[in-house]
Amino acid sequence: MATATLAAPGGNSSAVSGTTLSGSIALSAARDAFRKLNPRHLASNPVILATEVVAALASISTVAAILSHQGWGFALQISLWLWATVLFANFAESIAEGRGKAAADALRATRVTTSAKLIVDPESGLTVPTPAHKLEVGQVVLVEAGDVIPADGEIVEGVASVNEAAITGESAPVIRESGGDRSAVTGGTTVVSDWLKIRVTAAEGASFLDRMIAMVEGANRRKTPNEIALAVLLAGLTLVFLIVVVTLVGLGKYAGVVVDPLVLGALFICLIPTTIGGLLSAVGIAGMDRLLKFNVLATSGRAVEAAGDVDTLLLDKTGTITFGNRMATEVIPAPGVSDQAAMRAAVMASLADETPEGRSIIDLARHAGVTGETPRGATVIPFSATTRLSGLEAEGQSWRKGAVDAVVRNLGLQPTQMPAELAAAVDRIARSGGTPLAVSEGDRLVGVIHLKDVVKPGVKERFADLRRMGVRTVMITGDNPVTAAAIASEAGVDDFLAEATPEDKLRMIREEQGKGRLVAMCGDGANDAPALAQADVGVAMQTGTQAAREAGNMVDLDSDPTKVIEIVEVGKQLLITRGALTTFSIANDVAKYFAIIPAIFVVGLPALGALNVMHLGSPQSAILSAIIFNALIIVALIPLALRGVKYRAIGAQKLLTRNLLIYGLGGVVAPFVGIKIIDLIVTTVHLA
Amino acid sequence: MNMLQHLRPALVMMVLFTVVTGVVYPLVVTGVAQVALPYQANGSLLKDAHGQVVGSALIGQNFAGPGYLHPRPSAAGTNGYDATNSSGSNLGPMDKKLADRINGDAKTLNAESSAPIPADAVTTSGSGLDPDVTPANAARQIPRIAKARGMANDAVMAIIGRATEQPALGFIGQPHVNVLLVNRALDAVRPLPHRS
Amino acid sequence: MTWQGWAEIAFTLSVTIALGWPLGLYMARVWTGQKTWLDPVAHPIERGFYALCGVKPDEGQGWLGYASAFLMFSGAGFLLLYLILRVQGVLPLNPLHFAGMSPHLAFNTAISFVTNTNWQSYAGESTLSNLSQMAGLTVQNFASAAAGIAVAAALARAFAANRGEKLGNFWADLTRVTLYILLPISLVLAFVLLAQGIPQTLAASVDAKTLEGAKQTLVVGPVASQEIIKQLGTNGGGFFNANSAHPFENPNAWSNLIEEIVMNALAFGVFIAFGVVAFARKEARALVAAAAIIVSSAAALIYVNETLPTPALVHAQHVVATPNMEGKEVRFGAPSSSVWTAMTTGASDGGVNAMHESYTPLGGGIALFLIKLGEMTPGGVGSGLYGMVVMAIIAVFVAGLMVGRTPEYLGKKVEAREVKFAVLATLILPTALLGFAAIAAVLPEALKGLSANGPHGLTEILYAYGSAVGNNGSAFAGLTANAPWWDTTLGIAMGLGRFAYAIPVLAMAGSIAAKPKLAPTAGTLPTNGLQFVLLLLGVILILGGLQYFPPLALGPIVEHFQMLSANR
Repeated sequence: MATATLAAPGGNSSAVSGTTLSGSIALSAARDAFRKLNPRHLASNPVILATEVVAALASISTVAAILSHQGWGFALQISLWLWATVLFANFAESIAEGRGKAAADALRATRVTTSAKLIVDPESGLTVPTPAHKLEVGQVVLVEAGDVIPADGEIVEGVASVNEAAITGESAPVIRESGGDRSAVTGGTTVVSDWLKIRVTAAEGASFLDRMIAMVEGANRRKTPNEIALAVLLAGLTLVFLIVVVTLVGLGKYAGVVVDPLVLGALFICLIPTTIGGLLSAVGIAGMDRLLKFNVLATSGRAVEAAGDVDTLLLDKTGTITFGNRMATEVIPAPGVSDQAAMRAAVMASLADETPEGRSIIDLARHAGVTGETPRGATVIPFSATTRLSGLEAEGQSWRKGAVDAVVRNLGLQPTQMPAELAAAVDRIARSGGTPLAVSEGDRLVGVIHLKDVVKPGVKERFADLRRMGVRTVMITGDNPVTAAAIASEAGVDDFLAEATPEDKLRMIREEQGKGRLVAMCGDGANDAPALAQADVGVAMQTGTQAAREAGNMVDLDSDPTKVIEIVEVGKQLLITRGALTTFSIANDVAKYFAIIPAIFVVGLPALGALNVMHLGSPQSAILSAIIFNALIIVALIPLALRGVKYRAIGAQKLLTRNLLIYGLGGVVAPFVGIKIIDLIVTTVHLA
Repeated sequence: MNMLQHLRPALVMMVLFTVVTGVVYPLVVTGVAQVALPYQANGSLLKDAHGQVVGSALIGQNFAGPGYLHPRPSAAGTNGYDATNSSGSNLGPMDKKLADRINGDAKTLNAESSAPIPADAVTTSGSGLDPDVTPANAARQIPRIAKARGMANDAVMAIIGRATEQPALGFIGQPHVNVLLVNRALDAVRPLPHRS
Repeated sequence: MTWQGWAEIAFTLSVTIALGWPLGLYMARVWTGQKTWLDPVAHPIERGFYALCGVKPDEGQGWLGYASAFLMFSGAGFLLLYLILRVQGVLPLNPLHFAGMSPHLAFNTAISFVTNTNWQSYAGESTLSNLSQMAGLTVQNFASAAAGIAVAAALARAFAANRGEKLGNFWADLTRVTLYILLPISLVLAFVLLAQGIPQTLAASVDAKTLEGAKQTLVVGPVASQEIIKQLGTNGGGFFNANSAHPFENPNAWSNLIEEIVMNALAFGVFIAFGVVAFARKEARALVAAAAIIVSSAAALIYVNETLPTPALVHAQHVVATPNMEGKEVRFGAPSSSVWTAMTTGASDGGVNAMHESYTPLGGGIALFLIKLGEMTPGGVGSGLYGMVVMAIIAVFVAGLMVGRTPEYLGKKVEAREVKFAVLATLILPTALLGFAAIAAVLPEALKGLSANGPHGLTEILYAYGSAVGNNGSAFAGLTANAPWWDTTLGIAMGLGRFAYAIPVLAMAGSIAAKPKLAPTAGTLPTNGLQFVLLLLGVILILGGLQYFPPLALGPIVEHFQMLSANR
């Protein structure tokens, strides 16, 4: 399992992440851009399809002009820029897909054609070699050390260490065993030691690895609900502008101006939202890609979007909010015992204790300048459930540490006979949600160790961020309410659920949803499956059970529960980027009108020259500049589409103000500047 | 959804609307109005000493004689102030017909007096039945009226002043002079020479 | 421009918006069937309505049922009105012996009043009998307004619902809105207007002998009872051709103020009632603010433009070249006319107290722009609210993404289905408007009706279809619209503007009602503050601007620049 660090999620490089925009991707994307000129491919993108149609018509009229020996330079330029607009849009999509493809190729490389040992007779354990792709769901196979697991499955018998680097990029083997929460195995991973009997749960082509490759490649990428809604709006706008432009023929004729169809086509393309239309699918693919960078695999784009909408986040305490293990934070000496002596006794009692708790005591002592060494010939007193204490005996000296009452009894005392100061300390520790351990040296009680569930650094700040995003955090823990409340307040979560059973989790999710909230949670155990399925965003841990992985709509390959926070941010970023580009695209139209309308009509209605506020060189250069700007802005915004607009947890209102200023107001102003500059260039080099 | 299930409510409802809002409501208003506010209800009619209706206090009428206060030009009917044909000129600001008409009217008015011509004196109203002129327009006509009736300018001005209405509350609407009321008062004070 | 002028504009708008609150709180009680002090009188009538129609008022309807009822009711109204208009010649209360309308004019007029547009291709005083005015038009003034408010009530319930499916009962909403709101307010205010001088008689005309001895026929009739509901229900169809510029429809500053207030106050009230019923009072306030800012800015801009000198006055000798009094009444002048124009085009009322055709290019252009924004500032009663909510949903969807959540509005997630219906609803306006306008701009048959050429003529076309699609009803009245092409296409445009908008809205309401009501968190985009108001304004103006910039440039905008150079 990967170490859980809040600060640097996704830091581990894995097989699927870490791809960047390289030259080869750009090259193949450029090739793809031409391949995607096929109208059938563009059918799902009405804006760009409309652009292609107009480009084709413009080209025909250019050819006609050449054949009839009329001036064709302007028509040719317009046609070329219209084609460029389509190609740029295709290029943006290909670039985004290319990054996913690179990741998918890396995954595919890990897949080897395997031969499985199919168990045909459970009695004798007789196996028959069978190609992996012939396996059927429900069959049981034997996998031994060195074998590649042939298919996704559930362990029915055995314990083994498995290298899952192919999926997670983590080379340390993990233990997989039948029953419990670690019974799922993934096809393509390798058994390092021992053996397993596995019941196949996914046929070839439907396995986890297959799904992963498909998702990464965007092969069966379906439009998300929000994308569909946006596409409807964009198609509507395209229709409106089609009407505006077509009716301009009649209105222009009334005004005594016969408008060149080529110019009308150019105006149409300038007005329809080509910027967002061209970048829409790139934004979506890039969103999935960003998730992948965090080593999280979403089973649908819908889930990523839903992540942005999450209102309530259920987090398991252990491993997410606190370090998984309790740690020693102080040693309270008994009356008459020095700090140093008490600390030393604690160290001696813990030297043989290899548990994280024991090591944390030694760490604490080292920080206080106290060290200890195991005396020669020492006898280790191991911890047992009946004694509930452990320790060391050597050279006639003995050290013990353990549950307070156990240690006290071991000294032949009654708990009531404890020194009052120590009893008070024990009480204080328990009330704060910590665990007190008593330490004895010889027949003397020398102090009490405070073991504490330590909240990870930075967690509180993250929760504050979430609160500003509008996400409520709820801590789920098996602890008693006292302990839970103490940790909840230290971590700064909004609410907690103590002594939680899986049923409690499910009930809580339903309650939240009943109040109209979207709920995200992560889980790994089989008993988490119903809650994962019920949650709007369920993040299953890769280390978890097959049931959990099936129930969730995301899988975290690092099995790091804190990832949920990043997932929420990625979801929000995705939506923000779409909104920002749409706003920018629409706002652009204002300047384009001011460029093109006077250019078209100034011949018949000279008074309209007053609208040429940019003082563009000539009507032709005005139209050409607008169409060039319209094409280039797509290229200019590809990096933004791939990277996404940065999400800031500053509250909806401030965020909107900020984005409206940048993409709304900026969208109005930028083309005025851009078109003017292009016009200066176009006029200088006499293109028009 | 069966459209026919709405047929009966639609038809019956329409009949009920017709009875309640189309018959009962206007008849109730008419009945009460005729009893309580007969002057207004019948059109604010002004009568002379013989009971002959001379016009409505609210509706402008043509006055051409020099002894009368002249109303604005009117686009209602062919000769103006046709109360069966309320209408504005509906000429746009750039219309040549408008420029020609205003030019023609301005020439006539300039011949009468050298004072600046207020805009309302050469423009037609929206209804073509505007009963009023602006105080400036009325003031400009005082010397002509006084001369035709042999009255002092001040006397005419006083009559006009009495027929001048100031904006409600001082700022709602414009100050205006009711032409018919002025002319009735003029006739009452000093009948025109040629009329008995 | 004078300080009095600015004071009048500010005063009119503030009083109007402020009155939206009590009206809205009361309306919310009516929508939710709570007790009101009118119960002793209105409740027995209400129960009578239900009994005669055979409806169970407590039986909720899904969106399809609600929409079907709405359509059937409008259809019945259309047929009845069409019939009356065609055969008024043989019906009673026709003292001036007007003949029945031609088929295309009757079609246009019937659809116009049923859709709350009240576009008038006819001149009332020379076309319609008193029976047609009362039992035909006045009825639709009530019915179409009540139906619009009912749809808004359904939308409010959709936002209030938590995984519900019923939007309320159309028949109950229709009945209650009429009996508890429209009728009582009309009854009271009809007398207030009467007291100002608006006639109310069954007689049709009075002959007068003028002081100079000429004959003047004064057309009178049951004007007051129709005038109040015409404004209150944001209908706008006048008794007379000159509408509220006619002294009998709008005799003085007070009548003018009342008519202005009622044509916006109830529409603002619908916003407030929506807030109460949808548990979104603060959010409703934000919608009110956005509408108020747009209509106020428009009033100010129109006022500025109407005090600009115009070429005809500039070049005539010795003429004070400002304000632009052509088409304006002296008692109203530029300020009253400007604020009225902003309010009537912001509200889909369509009544006018000055002739928009004679406005300066941008004065008329801003009115045109307000109409094209889709009549939501504050819009027609009911229809303005749902237009604004559609814009809020689009604003939330686009910008809401930028806070990193699936956008939600008033606790309901905005997803593909909502966006689809919102886009569908907003698509129909530019399609019908620009489509018809572009054809008319090159069709000789249509061009015959224009009274101007050049950019002003184009504005006439754009204004006519804008007015029809937006269910406004005001006009650049130089257009001779009583011809088969105009009557028919404008009629179709009106129908599309009403039903092809309201039906998707109801479908959207159905989808919204079925969603769970989500609790807001710190990450939810707040839709109640200044920030959202600015965002909403940006979306309304940019989307509106983008759709209509080219035609506006070819119409009012270019004419404005032409006028500036002509003034030199």
